[in-house]
Amino acid sequence: MSEQQAVNNENAKHYLRIDRLTKMFGDFTALDKVSLDVIEGEFIFFLGPSGCGKTTFLRAIAGLDIQTSGTVHQAGKDISALPPSERDFGIVFQSYALFPNLTCERNIAFGLENQKFSKADIENRVSELLEMVGLPDQGKKYPAQLSGGQQQRIALARALATSPGLLLLDEPLSALDAKVRVHLRHEIKELQQRLSVTTVMVTHDQEEALAMADRIVVMNQGVIEQIGTPTEIYREPSSLFVADFIGAMNQFKGKAGSKNTATVGDVTFASQEHDLQQDTPAVIAIRPEDIVPHSDGAGSQGATELGPTENTFDALVEEMEFLGSFWRVSLSNASLGDASMVIDMSINAVRQMDVAIGNSIKVEFPSNRLWVFPPGADTG
Amino acid sequence: MTAEITATASVPDIRPKTSKDDRTMIGFMLVIGLYLIVALALPLYAMLSKSFSTYSFELGNFEFAVDKGEGWSEPVTALALNQDLQVVKPEELATSSDGRLAATVFFSDFSFRSPTKYRLRQIRLESSFLVGSKRIADTEWHEFESNQFRRIVLRPSSATGLENFRTYFSTPALFRSIENSLFIAFLSTMITVSLAFGFAYALNRSKMRFKGVFRLIAMAPILVPSLLPGIALVYLFGNQGMIKGLLFGESIYGPIGIVIGSVFFTFPHALIIITTALAISDSRLYEAAISLRASRWRTFWTVTIPGARYGLISAAFVVFNLVITDFGLPKVIGGQYNMLAVDIYKQVIGQQNFEMGAVVSVVLLIPALFAFSIDRYVQKRQVAVLSSRSVPFEAKPHKRFDLICLSYCLLVGIFIVGIIGVCQYAALIKFWPYQLSLSLVNYNFDVMDGGGWASYTNSIQLGIYTAIAGTIIVFSGAYVVEKTNGFFATRSAFQFLAMMPMAIPGLVLGLAYIFFFNDPANPLNGLYATMGILVVCTVTHFYTVSHLTAVTALKQMDREFEAVASSLKQPFYRLVSRVTVPVCMPAILDISIYLFVNAMTTVSAVIFLYAPDTALAAIAVLNMDDAGDVAPAAAMGMMIFYTNVTARLIHLFVSRKLLQKTQAWRLR
Repeated sequence: MSEQQAVNNENAKHYLRIDRLTKMFGDFTALDKVSLDVIEGEFIFFLGPSGCGKTTFLRAIAGLDIQTSGTVHQAGKDISALPPSERDFGIVFQSYALFPNLTCERNIAFGLENQKFSKADIENRVSELLEMVGLPDQGKKYPAQLSGGQQQRIALARALATSPGLLLLDEPLSALDAKVRVHLRHEIKELQQRLSVTTVMVTHDQEEALAMADRIVVMNQGVIEQIGTPTEIYREPSSLFVADFIGAMNQFKGKAGSKNTATVGDVTFASQEHDLQQDTPAVIAIRPEDIVPHSDGAGSQGATELGPTENTFDALVEEMEFLGSFWRVSLSNASLGDASMVIDMSINAVRQMDVAIGNSIKVEFPSNRLWVFPPGADTG
Repeated sequence: MTAEITATASVPDIRPKTSKDDRTMIGFMLVIGLYLIVALALPLYAMLSKSFSTYSFELGNFEFAVDKGEGWSEPVTALALNQDLQVVKPEELATSSDGRLAATVFFSDFSFRSPTKYRLRQIRLESSFLVGSKRIADTEWHEFESNQFRRIVLRPSSATGLENFRTYFSTPALFRSIENSLFIAFLSTMITVSLAFGFAYALNRSKMRFKGVFRLIAMAPILVPSLLPGIALVYLFGNQGMIKGLLFGESIYGPIGIVIGSVFFTFPHALIIITTALAISDSRLYEAAISLRASRWRTFWTVTIPGARYGLISAAFVVFNLVITDFGLPKVIGGQYNMLAVDIYKQVIGQQNFEMGAVVSVVLLIPALFAFSIDRYVQKRQVAVLSSRSVPFEAKPHKRFDLICLSYCLLVGIFIVGIIGVCQYAALIKFWPYQLSLSLVNYNFDVMDGGGWASYTNSIQLGIYTAIAGTIIVFSGAYVVEKTNGFFATRSAFQFLAMMPMAIPGLVLGLAYIFFFNDPANPLNGLYATMGILVVCTVTHFYTVSHLTAVTALKQMDREFEAVASSLKQPFYRLVSRVTVPVCMPAILDISIYLFVNAMTTVSAVIFLYAPDTALAAIAVLNMDDAGDVAPAAAMGMMIFYTNVTARLIHLFVSRKLLQKTQAWRLR
């Protein structure tokens, strides 16, 4: 008994443990030995391009498409082979999947009926849930009479009605208008925190994931590329794929140097530490907002000689794109090859430094923001 | 925070545990799959094997010995005896499964009064002989007095081979039926598709009045048996026809009658398909054509026809298939003009030659299967034409064009109403053309051959049973095919079986049922000659269209309903009863009325299967017509018509009521 409790306590930390999950569809490997531990109450995101296996992963956790091999434990219980009806989760789909011939109330009550709840209990629970999703007086309407956002809230209420231990959301916001989407993002996040129900959400929208997640699982071609908090994922991408998929990234083809340098063309930059062999091909990457413009060299001509370690050089302004709150400026430098780089500059900085097409400005690649990755075979 | 890797040595393969729902669904699939196998696959197999079994008298297999009071002679085979006597000619050796050959023919001096004794045995265990009705199938010698010997008949041996087909193709009269059937089907298809296209075009593209009325009239032929127009044509153009002169001496009995009647009964089928094809056309293409200053004529040929081409092809094959497999109409009005479907009937009912019936059935299957596969292919292509952005075409008023459309529809409408009207008139007249007073004497079915009023009530029973049982079977079948996960191969096999009845002519199915269910070795033999087998046959015959209706309705349901229900721990049958069935109610009602109407009108599928106490109204029409009671036949045909009209009205009423309850959500 005490041993059992110890196990339970251990699992309170890791509510969902997934160990080397593999899912084959014929010869195609949709998931390749994927492992993940989810903490109780956590809001975790599966993020990746379409076809990366994120939905397959979610459906395996739900038992809708059971994995070929590997195990899933939920709250200490091995649920690897159980059909969905014997697992403990609520699910919301992109299509809402609301029963069209039942009113919203009846939709929400669907999972409560037939479960030894009294009629009054069900009524109370339904109005509580309607209240919770902010639609207290829409219960008598049919789904088709509600807007997309409202329908998705009803679907959420229905999934939460039985108080499941795990909430699965399969691209719940993808079918909605941009504005509604942003609005609903906050509501779902807030609701999730209020109920502190362990939640897994699948999305291909990185903004959504960065804004809502406690942790993000970045997936590509059936494997997990990186697991981390939104800041970790963004600030310290562990692979070129993650760096490229999340946010914008300037990339240069080059070679790895010693453990914290890399070369592009004839220029050697000081960089983040990397574990590549010296002289192997590498991609050197830096985010647009991490490139630092320096006002001292503004407007100077001909100073193309690069300081070898301080990572500062002059670059020619080729294009400028006004994006409202900032400028996205394209720069080039012959020593870096044909590749141009973009840099985000505040409106003030552009004005002060007199940035204009044809001028050249001095920019710096801070060494701690410069990443060196092995060239990805599969990043198109 | 990072995921710690647990270091267990091996990754176990997962064998998913099936839920109760899964097991129930598999059970369902097996039951309905089994139904289709028993009601379709096995009978067809029985028929195919029948078409390849040949029967002949193997004279070398029978050995005789004679004792004329001087002891037994040396045994001698029938073959040797026949070589001397030449009593059985080589072409007489081939026979049917029922063939019998008297043993006495081999003894020219035979007299049943003589004291001669005979011995007989078969050498190999491959046939038998009968003494009276007692069958002897061993290889022992049997001894007979001459008085007994005269009652002995030899039975044929059976073998497998193409002999039946060889016989078929070398019989000119039978072979000519193929030509005739193809010719009639081709001609009727051309006429029906052109007429139906014009009608559909007028309904879709003009602003003429009375569209609703024309739509109703055009659907009327579906409500009567296909042989009813034949009866009307007899009254109009027969030997004592009302307007016989219009044919300028040509006889209505033959190709002319068959084609006119075929056009009548296939018209609504073609119209439905072509109307759908025209309705999905995109008005943006017409706007583009106008902006490019294309003439009406050019627009018609470059936009309208290409847009509807799949519908036209599909309609053509459906009509072709209907005509070539129809049997009632050529039976009534074909005269001496032989068609394939009638041949089957004649071979089986007239000559009791079941093997040859099976051969003709196989031959008839070929064009039907061909038409069917082309149609399936075209249907698949049709989907690609539809895009969600299409804007439906909205006709603009155009006085002259609308008037032309109206007069055209009026002509077609008169043709259809005329045919049905003539039947009604024929039914009410005492004795055409001598006593034209009105009377109900022709409705006194009980004094005619054909089954009387009992056949009418039988038909209604069959309709109701078929509608109820069929809808349940079809919908459950479609549900398990659509909503089960995995079992890909099983589901494809099921889907294939469900599509097959469309390609099987009713007559062929009926014949296949004889071979399968009438076999005494079949445990389902008890079903033979009951209402049960009629229901099974009718449900199976009309399975495909019902199945497709159900599948289309189910496909419109969100794929994730089942997932949601199981996550909410609700068994699937609760989802089915609370959501699936109510949402699909319109389709379910459509299926049941479709099955009812067809059960009322079908002749071909059940003609071989009815028993004296399960005679049906549509068959009574055929039999009364056959017996020369044409007016009562017309009267019974009209009874079917009115019953179907009533059923349709009830269907409409019930639909309205039910839809108000179950489809309230459709109203915004």
